[in-house]
Amino acid sequence: MEETVQYAGATGLLGSVWLLVAIPLVSAAILLLLGRRADRWGHWLGVAAIGAAFVLGLAFFFQLRGLENKSVELSLWDFIAVGDLRVDFGLLFDPLAAVFVLLITGVGFLIHLYAVEYMAHDAGRRRFFAYFNLFVAAMLLLVLGNNYVMLYFGWEGVGLASYLLISFWYERPSAATAGKKAFLMNRVGDAGLAIGIFIMFATLGTTQYDEVFNGVGALAGPTVLVLGLLLLLGATGKSGQFPLQAWLPDAMEGPTPVSALIHAATMVTAGVYLIARSNPIFSANSTLQLVVVSVGALTLLIGCIIGAAKDDIKRVLAWSTVSQIGYMFLGVGLGGGAYALAIVHLLAHGFFKANMFLGAGSVMHGMKDQVDIRRFGGLSKYMKITWLTFMMGWLAIIGMFPFSGFFSKEPIIVAAFERADWTAWLFGGAALLGAGLTAFYMTRLFVLTFHGPKRWTEDIEQPHESPALMTIPLVLLAVGSVGAGFLLATSVPDWLTATAGLGAHEEAHEAVLSHAVITVLSLLVTVLGAGLAWFLFRAGTATAPQPAGVLVTAARRNLYTDAVNEAVFEKPGIFLTRALVFLDNRGVDGLVNGLAAAVGGGSGRLRRLQTGFVRSYATSILAGALLVMAAFLAVQAGWLA
Amino acid sequence: MTELKLPSLNYAALAPIMIMLGVALLGVLVEAFVPRRLRHVVQLTLALLAVLAALTMVVLNADDRIITAGQALAVDGPTLFLQGAILVLAAMALLLIGDRSVERGGAFVAQAAVTAESADDRRQAEGRNGLTEVYPLTTFAIGGMLIFVAANDLLTMFIALEVFSLPLYLLCALARRRRLLSQEAAMKYFLLGAYASAFFLFGVALIYGFTAGIPGRVAGVDFATINAAVTESPASPVLLFAGMALLAIGLLFKAAAAPFHVWTPDVYQGAPTPVTGFMAACTKVAAFGALLRVFHVAFAGAAWDFTPVLGAVAVLTMLVGAVLAVTQTDIKRLLAYSSIANAGYLLVGVLAPSREGLAGTMFYLVAYGFSVLAAFAVVTLVRDDDGEATHLSRWAGLGRRSPFFAGLFTFILLAFAGIPLTSGFMSKFAVFGAALDDGQAWLVIAGVLTSMVLAFPYLRVVVMMWLSEPGESTPTVTVPGGLTSAALMIGVLATLVLGIAPAPLLDLATGAADFVR
Repeated sequence: MEETVQYAGATGLLGSVWLLVAIPLVSAAILLLLGRRADRWGHWLGVAAIGAAFVLGLAFFFQLRGLENKSVELSLWDFIAVGDLRVDFGLLFDPLAAVFVLLITGVGFLIHLYAVEYMAHDAGRRRFFAYFNLFVAAMLLLVLGNNYVMLYFGWEGVGLASYLLISFWYERPSAATAGKKAFLMNRVGDAGLAIGIFIMFATLGTTQYDEVFNGVGALAGPTVLVLGLLLLLGATGKSGQFPLQAWLPDAMEGPTPVSALIHAATMVTAGVYLIARSNPIFSANSTLQLVVVSVGALTLLIGCIIGAAKDDIKRVLAWSTVSQIGYMFLGVGLGGGAYALAIVHLLAHGFFKANMFLGAGSVMHGMKDQVDIRRFGGLSKYMKITWLTFMMGWLAIIGMFPFSGFFSKEPIIVAAFERADWTAWLFGGAALLGAGLTAFYMTRLFVLTFHGPKRWTEDIEQPHESPALMTIPLVLLAVGSVGAGFLLATSVPDWLTATAGLGAHEEAHEAVLSHAVITVLSLLVTVLGAGLAWFLFRAGTATAPQPAGVLVTAARRNLYTDAVNEAVFEKPGIFLTRALVFLDNRGVDGLVNGLAAAVGGGSGRLRRLQTGFVRSYATSILAGALLVMAAFLAVQAGWLA
Repeated sequence: MTELKLPSLNYAALAPIMIMLGVALLGVLVEAFVPRRLRHVVQLTLALLAVLAALTMVVLNADDRIITAGQALAVDGPTLFLQGAILVLAAMALLLIGDRSVERGGAFVAQAAVTAESADDRRQAEGRNGLTEVYPLTTFAIGGMLIFVAANDLLTMFIALEVFSLPLYLLCALARRRRLLSQEAAMKYFLLGAYASAFFLFGVALIYGFTAGIPGRVAGVDFATINAAVTESPASPVLLFAGMALLAIGLLFKAAAAPFHVWTPDVYQGAPTPVTGFMAACTKVAAFGALLRVFHVAFAGAAWDFTPVLGAVAVLTMLVGAVLAVTQTDIKRLLAYSSIANAGYLLVGVLAPSREGLAGTMFYLVAYGFSVLAAFAVVTLVRDDDGEATHLSRWAGLGRRSPFFAGLFTFILLAFAGIPLTSGFMSKFAVFGAALDDGQAWLVIAGVLTSMVLAFPYLRVVVMMWLSEPGESTPTVTVPGGLTSAALMIGVLATLVLGIAPAPLLDLATGAADFVR
């Protein structure tokens, strides 16, 4: 990477890029501060804020298109200026940031709109929209910052907002626990990111993107490796990748629009963004890339396998997100031109995943909040719009031609086969297998929900279609699920070449299989998987859990990853905490309490000097004066200093 | 008889001082000629306008770097910066002083001459309008402070000291409630203040003696002469060092540094709370402004030999302030000890003879002034039928009763404790950083350790407000009128903004950190 990264100053309209973050943030502040007074119109303010941000984002996007140097930087103020360390409070608007802004605000807007109706009967709707806006603002700050500290700010903001939203119904113990789980597991990743940023401070003396990217070439190999691994740890935390994937499915405890927002437009895409943004670091070390690819491949298979065994509609979708993000990690790990492919998949995924989550919400809305797919069936007759739009999402995610998933996923599979050595077979095979499994479990989900015999609980007589405010976003997203893939795949890679580092295409290796063969194979496994699922589940399924083999049982238990977490982290963690508490009580507290007692005792004794009598005050001043005089004269005589 | 030659006066440079003193005189006339019911409004408006006008002149003079009125006054970067700071903080203090919504009739006594605790006294406390003489007194004090930070010779400095001290002694005596405590505070402040003035004057005399006998120069106490004398005087340096010590004692008294701090808790507690805020913010700026000028300009040639001694004073000050704050049970006394400890941190900045040290100290003064005024503004609000409820036990559970104001107060306490993203962190960072660059690591270590001790009493208040159940006697917070709200919000916002984006003010301070000699 010989080219130097350089950003132009922001001029004209682009000088107000900060509004993108400010508008949702101000809206969130208004909603929180005004309290109940804003209950009647608060949700519309929330929607309008995101809508305004989207319109602005579009305007900035077109402005950026007309520029020569497509990376503009806007330095707002010196955030930290200490010695050699300078951190800007600055923003960077470049092609990568621009597509993220459009995704976050565009899909975010539709989800906001949907939530107006979805949350209509919830007493906390205003609070919900305040957190929602905060979420979007934090995510926008994350992708718009021009240095890692800004990114970290947004990163933590996203963590906070997700915590607030996942445990939005905090009176339910499961929601509160899920929020806590998400927060704690994210902390693990956040710690990695924070240490990574410290390493940048220590080795490069800066966290500005341009300076870091220009300086990374001069770093020693192991430093880059450690730095990259720490960033990767951060990314796996936010994006729900192995080994920190367990929080994401539990995050379903929040209201459904939250799930849609987390999975489609914000939060989980942050990890992919981090790696794509830091591509000069990751491209500088092939071991690092190998680790990223392995994480991606492993996670995409884990997600598929667990997703196939779940019966909760939102959890299946959640594991499918884990798996799809695995594809994106695979893409960014492959490096070179595959970075852009991963971003394309991310954007396409944003549409169809939002579509399906909102569709699931619509189903739940009509089925009295039932989430068990064994209790659905035959809904296609009752919820036509939801059915059709969900179908678009389903066809998109399994990668069926000509829906959007095909154009975004298939190139990643091809890229995986293009690796130089035997790993091409390994990762290519994993990606291909994943495609088949995805087709299987998503078809299972679709068929069990909308087709086959009714297996409803007794209390449901006639499921109803959701109101227009919920179906309009569904339809728009369905259109995106159909068409976005082709449009994005043909335009985004070119557009992204102007982003720092993403333009450098390494010469592609010859794929071990020809492009056409891979395409045919991937379509074949998709059809096979989908057909198998259709065949197995067209007649419905048992409504009670069935005894199952080893693999299915393991998958039902999340492949024992929770048990592993418990055994490896929780148990030793609890033991360590107890040991530390013991040590703390006996040792540290003894010392601290002793010190505190000494200070307190000294304070009590000294206090008696403050008698309240002017005469004793005057005496103490005199004594002090004599001492100071004596000391000055001692200095003069050369006894001191 | 020698011919008297008038020094040339640069009226524009002197305008802020003249405006303040002029309006103070005008205020005395208002007392005599304006009907009683209008006086409060007229006086408050006049005082605020005067501060505003003076501030405008300071801003217009921003580029002045001159010595005028003979050798008496220096209008240079630090002078203008500190004058600006005093005026801004004084405006906030005036808002607190002028408030009559929190307590009926204001925080000041209606008739100062009645016997305390008598039936008459109880009647006046019931809500008759307070004295309006406080405004001319305050304006005189502000005027004195403006001269004090500009004074370029020791006699002018002494006169300025008295000009701002005398009104403060009076103001301390004017609390509406707890008259005895208030009068006692004023009495103590006056006696000890006079005592400290004597030290100062004695120091001036010794220095005068020291400057005599330099070839080609007339003896004098202007800073240029002293500066020259430090290197050239044939007189015994004992005179110099003894004089310097005595001068320092006089100034350290005003700055509330140990062991000359003894008056502080009693006076802070007894004085009307708005006046306490005024003293904690503005007197501190003035005292440290004078200290900076004396040591940077007059005695710079003494090669900073005095650093270890003043360093010891600084450490002692931090220790006394921090340790004694731990066992305080009265919020005003707690803040008094906190102010003493902060004097210690400021001394650390004074002792770093670099530009950064000077700029850091000036930044600290401004930041601290904003926070401390906001803190005392909250203190005025927590009250019951008997006036302010200053005993800490009464603050238990305040967070439940009035989360908003308890939240603001928590934020201010966190700023005092030096938590990042507050101005308290940035200002400590600025002075400690400068001291480290100067090789004064021991001062920084002492500063950080005492900050840790000091965090305890602050957090104790926070814990009390939020984690205790409100008791029977927990007062509610009076919802303040516009004036106190404005002062409070300015203070809190400044504390926040200076913590997040300190660069503009730091740049301003660094740009101003150059004395004319």
